[in-house]
Amino acid sequence: MFRVKYVFLQFVCLLQEKKEREREMALRNIMGKRVGIGLMGSRALSTATCDVESGSAKSINLYSAINQALHVALETDPRAFVFGEDVSFGGVFRCTTGLADRFGKARVFNTPLCEQGIVGFGIGLAAMGNRAIAEIQFADYIYPAFDQIVNEAAKFRYRSGNQFNCGGLTIRAPYGAVGHGGHYHSQSPEAFFCHVPGIKVVIPRSPRQAKGLLLSCIRDPNPVVFFEPKWLYRLAVEEVPEHDYMLPLSEAEVIRQGSDITLVGWGAQLSIMEQACIEAEKDGISCELIDLKTLIPWDKETVEASVRKTGRVLISHEAPVTGGFGAEISASIVECCFLRLEAPVARVCGLDTPFPLVFEPFYMPTKNKILDAIKATVNY
Amino acid sequence: MALSYLRSSSSRSANLLKPLSSGLSLRSPISTDTTPITVETSVPFTSHRCDAPSRSVETNPKELLTFFRDMALMRRMEIAADSLYKAKLIRGFCHLYDGQEAFAVGMEAAITKKDCIITAYRDHCTFMGRGGTLLEVFAELMGRQAGCSKGKGGSMHFYKKDSNFYGGHGIVGAQVPLGCGLAFAQKYSKDETVTFAMYGDGAANQGQLFEALNISALWDLPAILVCENNHYGMGTAEWRAAKSPAYYKRGDYVPGLKVDGMDALAVKQACKFAKEHALKSGPIILEMDTYRYHGHSMSDPGSTYRTRDEISGVRQERDPIERIRKLILSHDLASEKELKDIEKEVRKEVDDAITRAKESPMPEPSKLFTNVYAKGLGVESFGADRKEVRATLP
Repeated sequence: MFRVKYVFLQFVCLLQEKKEREREMALRNIMGKRVGIGLMGSRALSTATCDVESGSAKSINLYSAINQALHVALETDPRAFVFGEDVSFGGVFRCTTGLADRFGKARVFNTPLCEQGIVGFGIGLAAMGNRAIAEIQFADYIYPAFDQIVNEAAKFRYRSGNQFNCGGLTIRAPYGAVGHGGHYHSQSPEAFFCHVPGIKVVIPRSPRQAKGLLLSCIRDPNPVVFFEPKWLYRLAVEEVPEHDYMLPLSEAEVIRQGSDITLVGWGAQLSIMEQACIEAEKDGISCELIDLKTLIPWDKETVEASVRKTGRVLISHEAPVTGGFGAEISASIVECCFLRLEAPVARVCGLDTPFPLVFEPFYMPTKNKILDAIKATVNY
Repeated sequence: MALSYLRSSSSRSANLLKPLSSGLSLRSPISTDTTPITVETSVPFTSHRCDAPSRSVETNPKELLTFFRDMALMRRMEIAADSLYKAKLIRGFCHLYDGQEAFAVGMEAAITKKDCIITAYRDHCTFMGRGGTLLEVFAELMGRQAGCSKGKGGSMHFYKKDSNFYGGHGIVGAQVPLGCGLAFAQKYSKDETVTFAMYGDGAANQGQLFEALNISALWDLPAILVCENNHYGMGTAEWRAAKSPAYYKRGDYVPGLKVDGMDALAVKQACKFAKEHALKSGPIILEMDTYRYHGHSMSDPGSTYRTRDEISGVRQERDPIERIRKLILSHDLASEKELKDIEKEVRKEVDDAITRAKESPMPEPSKLFTNVYAKGLGVESFGADRKEVRATLP
């Protein structure tokens, strides 16, 4: 009897999940596909060439793409709010321009200087069924809010037995080096959040990706931390469709096909890796480049399939190497593909020091470091 | 500003002697003269849960001239930093303090180098007040070895251990609990010293401040929390960020004092009062009503959230250096020409320091790995490929 009841409950859960998933699919305009080679502009990176093509597209940069995504989000959902420090005039990176004028101060508003307050407040707002889009001005300032994210947001659904959830919460923060940021305007804290079951961490690599991914994050029924590479705010320019579209979360994308080595990365680092791939091509090394897009829950299958093809893997990120998310990818790949691996998993990451001021060029995982590691791995 | 002479004969005889001394162009009698003068502060103090100190401040010619010189030096230094930043010799972030100099000099006049100071990132002038040299400032700003933090800190991270200046912190509000911790240590060591933990009007809304305040009040720590209220937290006006912009009252059960932060003498009086209070009865909040002429940092023009009229209005009416200049001139402590000479001297000093700082080299690449951990811990560090460049951290 008990077993029957248990199986019945499992069946009910599966049905619920299926229904939820169907509802989500219905909301989406597109099913993202995994496509290999896309178009490469001088600074733009290749993106998924799927149904995104329908409708007109304009050439815009990253902060404009994010701005468009926020406009769409607030337009389509009357219970969406955008708040954070200095967002109402447009924000320090202009990601929120025009929102306050269009949607009013009741939906787009400034908060005082209190990150813990901002996120906690956002959790409460989301718990009442609203879509709270909180902005933390720089990822380096997210630590006062760390407790709220880890202890409150991530565990809300779990500890209340699904009675409550703060799925409507999306936290946006610019992360990453910018050339002159120093200790507190350049950090990449994604690894800290990847250790927390219950939230999702998403990092786009280009304007087109950013708009689609941000809309998915906002509409995802789980709390999401969305890191935006600040280096690319103005530098990355790409054709971005003007209509409402979403890109799927937890699906990695192979943006460059290859057969000798798999490179895994995310965010601004991908453009550096792509340059290294082009250089390696000249030496006859064919590199496969994968954009993880969602860091947790990450797409193990895509990476695994690629490693089974090439037998070698290199991971690169700006955060310090010890304890960075590359370590998780490395451990998982070794677990599943140990016998297939031809060489140890290489990690080309930031050094184990605080993010330096004048030493930034030494600290960063540059194209040459990646190239050296590619060659060392291929010639192992 | 009401002036009152409290002594009779000595000042009159000084007046009689003055033509002689100025005729002989003797500068030293004036600059070391310590005959007391009493001056009234611009506005009376407003207090919360304590008795405000008197409006009459004792000072002397030497002090006034020192104030003038120090503030002129700080002003010139900040303006020079502005040009260096625009010339891309200073990179990263640069938050300038011009307009707020009265607080740095006034506070120093009331305390000793044994008292601790900790502040946020707008720390160039505070560092100078603690005895820092121009060379250290400019070298650090340009990231050179001769800088106070050996070029590894930059504009936001100036420190000076021998005069108990605990820096230079980037994260807003994070330095206040640290300051209260310093006060805790001072209470233990029983050396009659206090800590000044400075923060801005933006940081006044951070939760950690209130946590630190509660602990300080509970344990009677000699902590003085100073809110340098320049009315704009980056670009946000104080009335848009705070329900109660009366920051001196925010401590609730902790006494507070509101001071005109552009009047160096009022600042000195308030800091003296605060030090006595802190040593006797625990924490106190000082709110300095001040103003910064530059924007929040060098990437902020400073005029999108406030009018140019407002900035020039404050510069005309409340500029700290002008106030001291008027005081000096009206008391005949020095002539116009002498003050202009001081300013020229100061300008030259700044230019010399910049030249010397430019000659200082950048830190060695190996210094990237130094001071991550304490010396001798033998921790390994390696570069990206992990195969070469394995170094034991010094």
